Amino acid sequence: MNLDFLLQLVVNGLIVGTLYGVVAMCFVLIYKSTQIVNFAQGEFLLIGAWVCWWFMTEYRLPLWAGLPLTFAFMAIFGVLLQIVVLRPMIGQPIISVIMVTIGLSMVFQALMGWIFGVFAKPFPPVFEHAAVNVLGLQVQSAYLMSLLISVVIMAGFYWFFKHSRIGLAMRATAYDQQAAQSLGVSVKQVFAMAWAISAVVSALAGVVVGMVNGVSSALSFFGIKVFPAVILGGLDSIVGAIVGGLVIGVLENVAEYFDSQWLHIGNLYTVAPFYALVIILMIKPYGLFGTRNIERI
Amino acid sequence: MSGGHTTMRCGEFRTSYRADTTIFPTPMSRRVALGAVVLAASFPLWLNAYYLNLLIQIGYYGIAALGLNILVGFTGQISLGHAAFFGFGAFCSAWLNNRFGLPVVLAVPLAGLLTTAVGMFVGIPAGRLKGLYLAIATLASQFILEDFFARAEWFTGGSAGALAQPFTLFGFAFNNDQRFFYVVLVAVIVMYLAGANLLRSRDGRAYVAVRDHYLSAEIMGINLTKYRILAFGSASFYAGVGGALYGHYLGFVSAEGFTILLSIQFLGMIIIGGLGSVMGSLLGTAFMVLLPEVMEASAQGLGGVIPGLKDSVAYLKQMAIGLAIILFLIFEPQGLAHRWKLTKAYWKLYPFSY
Repeated sequence: MNLDFLLQLVVNGLIVGTLYGVVAMCFVLIYKSTQIVNFAQGEFLLIGAWVCWWFMTEYRLPLWAGLPLTFAFMAIFGVLLQIVVLRPMIGQPIISVIMVTIGLSMVFQALMGWIFGVFAKPFPPVFEHAAVNVLGLQVQSAYLMSLLISVVIMAGFYWFFKHSRIGLAMRATAYDQQAAQSLGVSVKQVFAMAWAISAVVSALAGVVVGMVNGVSSALSFFGIKVFPAVILGGLDSIVGAIVGGLVIGVLENVAEYFDSQWLHIGNLYTVAPFYALVIILMIKPYGLFGTRNIERI
Repeated sequence: MSGGHTTMRCGEFRTSYRADTTIFPTPMSRRVALGAVVLAASFPLWLNAYYLNLLIQIGYYGIAALGLNILVGFTGQISLGHAAFFGFGAFCSAWLNNRFGLPVVLAVPLAGLLTTAVGMFVGIPAGRLKGLYLAIATLASQFILEDFFARAEWFTGGSAGALAQPFTLFGFAFNNDQRFFYVVLVAVIVMYLAGANLLRSRDGRAYVAVRDHYLSAEIMGINLTKYRILAFGSASFYAGVGGALYGHYLGFVSAEGFTILLSIQFLGMIIIGGLGSVMGSLLGTAFMVLLPEVMEASAQGLGGVIPGLKDSVAYLKQMAIGLAIILFLIFEPQGLAHRWKLTKAYWKLYPFSY
């Protein structure tokens, strides 16, 4: 038995899963506060990674300088996107909202391909050792960093929503827009803030993945991988997003393991999460932690 | 000069439900439709293969787009997996023909029916899911079916793809653009008339009721689950027939053609054409097929002026499709069909169109 291999895969799955969790959290953040499903979440990763890559190769900036610049860019980008494209969509049917973000994802994907080309480009090396040995398992340094960053982000989110004033305003808006507005919360500001935070955090995830795999258009597939995670946890649950991300990350790696050992079907790594998604939707249509939508007539 | 018949009509006045639900409300619209068909039938005589190819594309994509419009525009469901059904129809028709020797004429509708079965199976979650959850469930089915295409060698030929024989009828092969155009033309007319008729039938009205207010619809005795799944079935039938025609036209079906991008394009077609409009489906398809061609042509024209334009035209096309979807949603959410209606209304009462 190849237990070491399985263990390695599970660890990898957990690490990638935290990244899925972070991206899923960003997705849920937008959905919860603005009721918009962002099909362009993967493109946020892509844009963030390319911008950071550009700062670091073109201007030879170190990571600690390139990353904040990227964040600033992404924050402005997120706010602008919300104002220009998403604001006119308020009150439109759900199909329109979905299609606008799908349209955005097409545009950005093509734009990034046009500017930076289709081939994966490696990040300038940041760490001295590409991989470190943790308890006998090989772990990529960038993944270790990503694990650290992910946990910090999650803790940050927790603090932000629990204790900060803006976080409270955002929760209020998510709960009841009109009531929040009547108590002096600027809903417009909350919407812009949600997009900015989501774009910045997604960009960070994009940079981390880019460091490991190189930056390429494959990054935008993350945005699609996030759906099983989000659905598993329930669309409007931040905790659910993290749990869903971890489960999907482990699931795809374990599926890969079983496939390579016994099943030999191939491609399970990509498809298994979607099978899981369909099964979850059949059993629990609102995910594990999602609130059941009760409609009044 | 006796009676009201000789006075000039200033609008349409319908006096019965029957008159209100006819497909062609005025004699003029009937004549225009007939004229359009005659004109279309003459295309192969004087248009070259390039334009015929585009028209054929508009035909088979248009059939599939109408199916999606029945699902999205009329029933209010969402599907991000339409391309997978389109592909299933293409593979299925080729398979029925190659494996069982079924004539292509029969294989095409049968492929449509089998696609319907698959579509209804995939649509089962739609009985419980709404909106976003449904969108994501259909997204999953897109990836699962895509994976199935790549894997099921007995059915699709795997990564090598499947060969499809040309359309033949009584020993006459419709194997070039001029001939195949008529096949597509007949298919489009039949499918669009059937679609328009479906929507004024009991089932069609049930679809619209489910879209407009599903709770009221349920209270009025409409079985929601049944009609939601049935809508998936109708949509898949159209997709299957469109896909089958696509396969027999190209002569070769490969799994790479039915990605999520095509699903998005189908949605783009009906949004640009107009959700909930039969004619809009065709208008939107024409827009979506012609847009990349126009861009290609202008890139060829400007290629000498702006360096590097020719190399980037693939990206520009994708961006143009995305932008077209976004701009239509922001500025003309009811699509080209709405524009067309406004134009018609303007000319109907010309010159007193205020």
